[in-house]
Amino acid sequence: MSQQAVNGVPCRGKVLTVENMNPNVKRVEYAVRGPIVQRAVQIEKELREGVKKPFTEVIKANIGDAQAMGQRPITFFRQVLALCSYPELLEDNKFPEDAKQRARRILDACGGHSIGAYSASQGIECIRQDVACYIERRDGGIPSNPDNIYLSTGASDAIVTILKLLVCGEGRDRTGVMISIPQYPLYSAALADLAAVQINYYLDEDNCWSLNVAELKRALNEAKQHCKPRVLCIINPGNPTGQVQSRQCIEDVIRFAKEEHLFLMADEVYQDNVYAEGCKFHSFKKVLFEMGPEYSSTVEMASFHSTSKCYMGECGFRGGYMEVINMDPEVKAQLTKLVSVRLCPPVPGQALLDLVVNPPQPDEPSYTSFMKERTAVLAALAEKARLTEEIFNTVPGITCNPVQGAMYTFPRITLPPKAIDKAKAEGKVPDMFYCMKLLEEEGICLVPGSGFGQKDGTFHFRFASLVMLILQKYSHSLNFSPFCLITTNFSAFHGFFFLFFCFTS
Amino acid sequence: MSVLQEISSDVRNMKQMENFVLFRRTNEIKEELRRGVRKSYREVIDVSWGDPHRAGVKPLSFVRQVLAACLYSELMDGDKLMVDVKQRAQRLLGTCAGGSVGSYCATAGIPQTLQSVSQYIMRRDGGVPCHPENIYISPGSQWALTNILKVLVNSEASPRTGVLIPVPCHSTTIISLTTLGAVAVPYYLREERGWALEMEELQRALDSAKGVCNPVALYMINPGNPAGYVQSRKSIQEVIRFAAEKKLFLLADEVFQDCVYGKESEFVSYKRALAEIGAPLSDSVELASFHTASKGLMGECGLRTGYVELVNLDPAVMKHINNLFSTNSCPILGQIALDVMVNPPQPGDPSYPLYLKETQHIRASLAQNVRRVEEVINSFPDFSCQPLEGGAFAFPRLFLPPKAIERAKEAGLQPDTFYCLRLLEEAGVLFSPGTEYGQKEGTYHIRFCIMTPSDTMEEILRRLSAFHEQFMKEFS
Repeated sequence: MSQQAVNGVPCRGKVLTVENMNPNVKRVEYAVRGPIVQRAVQIEKELREGVKKPFTEVIKANIGDAQAMGQRPITFFRQVLALCSYPELLEDNKFPEDAKQRARRILDACGGHSIGAYSASQGIECIRQDVACYIERRDGGIPSNPDNIYLSTGASDAIVTILKLLVCGEGRDRTGVMISIPQYPLYSAALADLAAVQINYYLDEDNCWSLNVAELKRALNEAKQHCKPRVLCIINPGNPTGQVQSRQCIEDVIRFAKEEHLFLMADEVYQDNVYAEGCKFHSFKKVLFEMGPEYSSTVEMASFHSTSKCYMGECGFRGGYMEVINMDPEVKAQLTKLVSVRLCPPVPGQALLDLVVNPPQPDEPSYTSFMKERTAVLAALAEKARLTEEIFNTVPGITCNPVQGAMYTFPRITLPPKAIDKAKAEGKVPDMFYCMKLLEEEGICLVPGSGFGQKDGTFHFRFASLVMLILQKYSHSLNFSPFCLITTNFSAFHGFFFLFFCFTS
Repeated sequence: MSVLQEISSDVRNMKQMENFVLFRRTNEIKEELRRGVRKSYREVIDVSWGDPHRAGVKPLSFVRQVLAACLYSELMDGDKLMVDVKQRAQRLLGTCAGGSVGSYCATAGIPQTLQSVSQYIMRRDGGVPCHPENIYISPGSQWALTNILKVLVNSEASPRTGVLIPVPCHSTTIISLTTLGAVAVPYYLREERGWALEMEELQRALDSAKGVCNPVALYMINPGNPAGYVQSRKSIQEVIRFAAEKKLFLLADEVFQDCVYGKESEFVSYKRALAEIGAPLSDSVELASFHTASKGLMGECGLRTGYVELVNLDPAVMKHINNLFSTNSCPILGQIALDVMVNPPQPGDPSYPLYLKETQHIRASLAQNVRRVEEVINSFPDFSCQPLEGGAFAFPRLFLPPKAIERAKEAGLQPDTFYCLRLLEEAGVLFSPGTEYGQKEGTYHIRFCIMTPSDTMEEILRRLSAFHEQFMKEFS
């Protein structure tokens, strides 16, 4: 029976139905904002309406949103953005001179001196130049051409645009795109939307989610039989797994991409979020160029960054960029044409990006306070990551790999066989079943591992370690630490769940 | 095999915007002016975009003060800002996660903003109910339109999905359709009758699709872009009945609903007209209506915020639409501006006098510009402008002499692009050519934004008149 008939709405007369709509859109899912989050929002509504539950607040650990969890924005950035929004404030001596100078420069580059004017679709030129300079400094002087920089509405927009450009062919020649399992579900959503072939390569959980080339080869060779593999996506530092790739690994991936004639997409939005001893962020571009001209002049690549993560946490601005390397000029012309359909990325996001790549310098008035804030934020994030890993490893039945970077943990849970059966009987994926129960009983919202992909028969969830920031808030009023909150509630839940499904008949 | 074969054919087949050659030359000229090259003008006036701020219109103070206070809350201490600005900023920050404009929002947008927008829609439509769950806020109305088109267009279907679009039409929409693999089915508006929509023409267009594609949707722009018409209630209801009868999904691009100035003109939303028709059509005709913070008196194009309201859609389809919108969220600052747009300062508010002054000034300039544009353009025998009733543009028709058309062809340019290029070179004014939007074969038009300060428009008209006389003489 169709949904409409169930709802009592007459089936005849609907022009747009599930049967005739674009089949690709039906395959689009985005677990980070999927059914479990929708249920969480519903529960929050019920709580507001006074419905009694075993908890008073839903802890939303499903999304990497630092400022939602109480992380403060960087003062300097907000000062410049306020000045750009309301330039009369340039007369106000409450604002430091370096903030005013940057605001003036940005406004001079805007149509009509207003951030409300459209910009060029590739992004404001002087900002692209600043981004190129930032990349050069970051990568030890390796040149970056502003014409290869495309500003975007968050990194997601740029990622989807490149995929839109590259996905082509029919049937067995349809473009295949390699993506890590587990992956950030924007990729699987975009691939479904574009009807591209998703080629899964598995990260090695037993080795701290490392990537190995043998697995890349296996995945590629298998895929060659039913599609035309052309793109290799890698997220570094990883999401949801948090692993930071070693330099050797990056070289291996580049070599592999060259051998197999693959376009590399390097998602590097967490590049400042590296915590573990001995781990360091190596940009793909830097490694590429250090491998010599045989690689640096041939491997085609796009790298992505954004203003949403790192120490900025400004997700709501939708700022981001991509740098394209060694792209064929004719293809690049097509890319430029494609981005023009969006008109332009949000100008405040472009302005913010300019500040991120052009922060206060040692000789400027805002430098000291800026560095203090930046250091504090990164330290807090590192601490939360460590704490989260530690806590989850104390819960029996849950194992958590070291969190080397990014903002999440992706612990593995052992589910009793009876729980798995019960889940299946209810038509639910086992880790979704687990997470839904956790949500209903403890008010903790996580994203089940099935939303990111995982090896068959294993179960995980993603927990945004940022949440520890918000739990700090509770620790003063409720007189216990975040450690306790999670271990008590979570651990109690998990223990009970385990027992229930072991001894239930 | 060329590398170009290895990219998406939909992207490859996208037409390069006609404006591209003009933009490139504009940048070159700006550079030449900076270097001190002598020209008969000191700066290029760019009115090729529907971008009031770029054309010199000032942003509204209230919305910018609220944005500044939301960005940097230290501004709330001290007495620089009015009480109502602070209150609004505080209220809006309270609707953001973590009290910050830097957080993500829910999939469809900030819930309280959706509520404000739905209330605005109800007020606008004389009480016709509007449910916030049917509204999705997105980074620009075109983004929302692309998402809805994505759901409608099955690029693998045979025959391919068709969408009826007006001629002339907003250029970005045409390009979006191509990129999605849909077929654009043109229906021609009748220029001599003020760009009226004739039902026989809609029928003809629909018939022309037989055997070519499967038309599923009808795209309407009201008020028009580029042509400055405002559809009558009667016309809207005829279209609605047509869509119901022919089983077409209605896409109503209503982004200029706040720009209506024609003396006899009134904006009636498709939703309202649908409700007024009554059951069963009012409960069944599927409609998507688009609006934005980019147009109207606020003109905040750079904030990239718009929304779509979906009416009478199948709930199962709505679930998929929700998934599609969930993958990229809308900028928060734009939603703040949107909230101010649908809830502007009211009489009695401290900020109201300034708000009134600023908006009245913009409206007066616009009215003046409309009058002057019609006057000046229609004074030329080979230039004609239909009455401007709404929207942000003039789209006058050029009667080009055969010699000019010939010269254009030799240069490998469309005749109206050729005219615009010469206008740019010699007069430092950037318009866009009618070719960009579609026009009847053998006719030529130019489009320019009329939401500018009045003195800017005078300067534009002065330069245009001088150029036009010269150009016509040269090619007579």
